[in-house]
Amino acid sequence: MVKRIVVGAHYGLTDWLAQRITALVMLVYTLILVVSLLAGPSPSQESWRALMSGSAMRFASFLCILSLCYHAWVGVRDIWMDYVQPVGIRLLMHALTLLALIGYAGWTTQILWRL
Amino acid sequence: MKERGTKMLAKKRPKYLNLFEIRLPPAGVASIMHRMSGAGLFLMLPLLIYLLQLSLGTPEEFASFKAIMDYPLVKLFLIIVLWGFVHHFFMGIRILLIDIHIGVDLPAARASAIFVTAVGVLLTAILGVKLW
Repeated sequence: MVKRIVVGAHYGLTDWLAQRITALVMLVYTLILVVSLLAGPSPSQESWRALMSGSAMRFASFLCILSLCYHAWVGVRDIWMDYVQPVGIRLLMHALTLLALIGYAGWTTQILWRL
Repeated sequence: MKERGTKMLAKKRPKYLNLFEIRLPPAGVASIMHRMSGAGLFLMLPLLIYLLQLSLGTPEEFASFKAIMDYPLVKLFLIIVLWGFVHHFFMGIRILLIDIHIGVDLPAARASAIFVTAVGVLLTAILGVKLW
């Protein structure tokens, strides 16, 4: 029996799980989108707008964009943690990544919800 | 003995790999491409959201969307982004399957890595030709 002393912030498992759940959300959303596009009428702006403005689709798109931003946050943060050693620059990159992703989530939601 | 062990550890870490000397196995290549495609997709997000906005916007915005998409260089660029998505997508499925203990042993993991890399390139080529 090895007694390990666990140290650290303990966010590893949460992030690992979140990365998987958000991936599944985006996987399902991609399949819905591909099937809708293939099954729908010949592509035009009207049919594209009609597809994206349905309330179920709007809900799914919103979940997908939130998942994407969370997923990207975990992934990009891991990249900074692996390759950027100076703490100050790394923190700056973390902050910029987070702010950009929050902005993208708001921007995309606004595009989808004003339809 | 204990002291020697500590010294050896101290000597060996951190370990720097010469990227030009190591040869990655197929799973390693697929994995680093998963990371690179993820980083690329992240960097392309503003452009992709902007294109989404134009495509769902007013008829004038849609017209400019179509005009932008007609540039061969934009098409080529978006096909590279598409490759990033396709590779990241299928590599993600591979990781999820390995998480539920499917394809964990070496031959299976090796085969799935080669499969994912090939599907990424092939599907991108097919979709790329269709979308051109």
